[in-house]
Amino acid sequence: MLYREAGDFKTTYVADNQTFPLKLDRIGFWVTMAVAWLVIPFVINDYWASSLLVPFLIYAIAAIGLNILTGYCGQVSLGTGGFMAVGAYACYKLMTSFPDVNIMIHIVLAGGITAMVGAAFGLPSLRIKGFYLAVATLAAQFFLVWLFNKVSWFYNYSASGQISAPERLVAGVAVTGPSTPAWAQYLICLFFVTVCAIIARNLTRGTLGRSWMAIRDMDIAAEIIGVNPLKAKLTAFAVSSFFVGIAGALFFAVYLGAVEVGEAFGIQKSFLVLFMIIIGGLGSIFGSFAGAAFLVLLPVALKWIGVDVMGWPTDLVAHFQLVIVGALIMFFLIKEPHGLAQLWRLAKEKLRLWPFPH
Amino acid sequence: MNEAVMDKNAPYVTEDGRQIGGVMMDLRDITLRFGGVEAIKAISFDIREGEIRAIIGPNGAGKSSMLNVISGFYKPQEGEVYFRGQKRPPMKPYQVARQGVARTFQNIALFQGMSVLDNVMTGRMGHIKSNMLAQAIWAGKAQREENENREAVERIIDFLEIQAIRKTPVGRLPYGLKKRVELARALAAEPDLLLLDEPMAGMNVEEKEDMSRFILDVNDEFGTTIALIEHDMGVVMDLSDRVVVMDYGRKIGDGTPDEVRNNQEVIDAYLGVAHD
Repeated sequence: MLYREAGDFKTTYVADNQTFPLKLDRIGFWVTMAVAWLVIPFVINDYWASSLLVPFLIYAIAAIGLNILTGYCGQVSLGTGGFMAVGAYACYKLMTSFPDVNIMIHIVLAGGITAMVGAAFGLPSLRIKGFYLAVATLAAQFFLVWLFNKVSWFYNYSASGQISAPERLVAGVAVTGPSTPAWAQYLICLFFVTVCAIIARNLTRGTLGRSWMAIRDMDIAAEIIGVNPLKAKLTAFAVSSFFVGIAGALFFAVYLGAVEVGEAFGIQKSFLVLFMIIIGGLGSIFGSFAGAAFLVLLPVALKWIGVDVMGWPTDLVAHFQLVIVGALIMFFLIKEPHGLAQLWRLAKEKLRLWPFPH
Repeated sequence: MNEAVMDKNAPYVTEDGRQIGGVMMDLRDITLRFGGVEAIKAISFDIREGEIRAIIGPNGAGKSSMLNVISGFYKPQEGEVYFRGQKRPPMKPYQVARQGVARTFQNIALFQGMSVLDNVMTGRMGHIKSNMLAQAIWAGKAQREENENREAVERIIDFLEIQAIRKTPVGRLPYGLKKRVELARALAAEPDLLLLDEPMAGMNVEEKEDMSRFILDVNDEFGTTIALIEHDMGVVMDLSDRVVVMDYGRKIGDGTPDEVRNNQEVIDAYLGVAHD
């Protein structure tokens, strides 16, 4: 009743192609943006930033990246953690080698370096697909982590083998290092999320996105009607890794500050991001956000319920948390294999008819 | 008959007034083997500009393999493909597509996860010139190109009367419409040569009539050359200008529908011969 497309006519192809064709959706989008940019920075505190918002934003970028590769182009990847590590170490080397250059440029360059590494590791996808490709990307994951552990040049020969982000300023405010205010952490992540999401949306609704989806849905037919599979697959790997690399750089420089590669970018990270896009919805930008929010929020919410509301011991809650998260993932996959994005679509279809369902 | 008509490569006008030009695609001594199996045995035939060329034959005769050779998906071990008078070098299927050869598939090969519009837009892949960066910003050339392609696609959608299902995911469509969307996707490429692999398989009479009308209209309005595989003899004889008949990988007949109909070898292949 309130939410419907009746009467919302388009007279140009530009208007028909826009991201949110419905007026109500557009309003919702701008309200969300306004709250995110104009309200939250003023009310945010350290707890909200470090346990919820900043990890959510960073994982959202990583999830968008993986969703482009797996959800849109159909190439399964278990190398997300490794590619995040490439972004993090590229950012670290750039920060320490060129201390005078703005950190924003370093983060973008780190994404670019990860894109190149990702495209190189995407080469096997031209020959193998499905589970076999997943194994090949798994090899990338272990190789990259091993590389950053083994070659001390990457961590500037530090004794601990860790990398830690020096303080860097943007417009006079620290965005990395221990004295970073919560709102600055939040804003820099929000900036990159906004830009990445817009780029991802533009690419996926246009020609490149169609060539990715064509490869995903039926690769032989795609090639016969004129899609260059080499180009489609490698661009998917490159663009995906670009986003994942930016997420890795932010995760290291802005969020954690100091990183040990095996701990921060291990195989668990690859699976976490993969779960995010499966739960959120494959082939959906909104799903990337929803999945990231779900998996970041869920442990925090469970902990809050268990410890603060029920008064259970912390270790018990921590163990329960793993069980519940696992059970919920299974529940979701059985109930709605297309993820939260599909639930959202169904809810919208229901809303169109509400309150008269017939 | 005068000399000009006797020369088999001279342009002529058909009874219903369509212009048939010179040879567009010439297949010479094509042999295709899968291991020890010879799917196509030294077959030669040509497809002329503006004509509707049918390839018929019993199951397993090698018709689809022939189409796959033309669209570059199979590489024949022997023989050459001449396209517009030039020998075609070894090519990837997408390069063949960009030369102006489009096709549909025997088992519908639409992109299930995409809407009808996106499926048809994918057919425009060969007409894209903007780079990734421009597409990422969604401005300038990329957007202009998107709109031009959309206009071209809308003409096809209009032509095939599928406006109402433009935004429907193809997975939800009934079989007959899927076939039509596939034709739309092939047409969106604005091909010179359109290959149709059993465009009417599994359709009822009404749907077959619709499809036949569309094929004739495509040929008539866009001047597209069409090569089609079809089992419905009535349709083949009505639609096509010339027919190639294949059996067990060999060519057993080639000519106008009337010639083929009266060819003893063709009759034997279809009706069987008494073995004594």
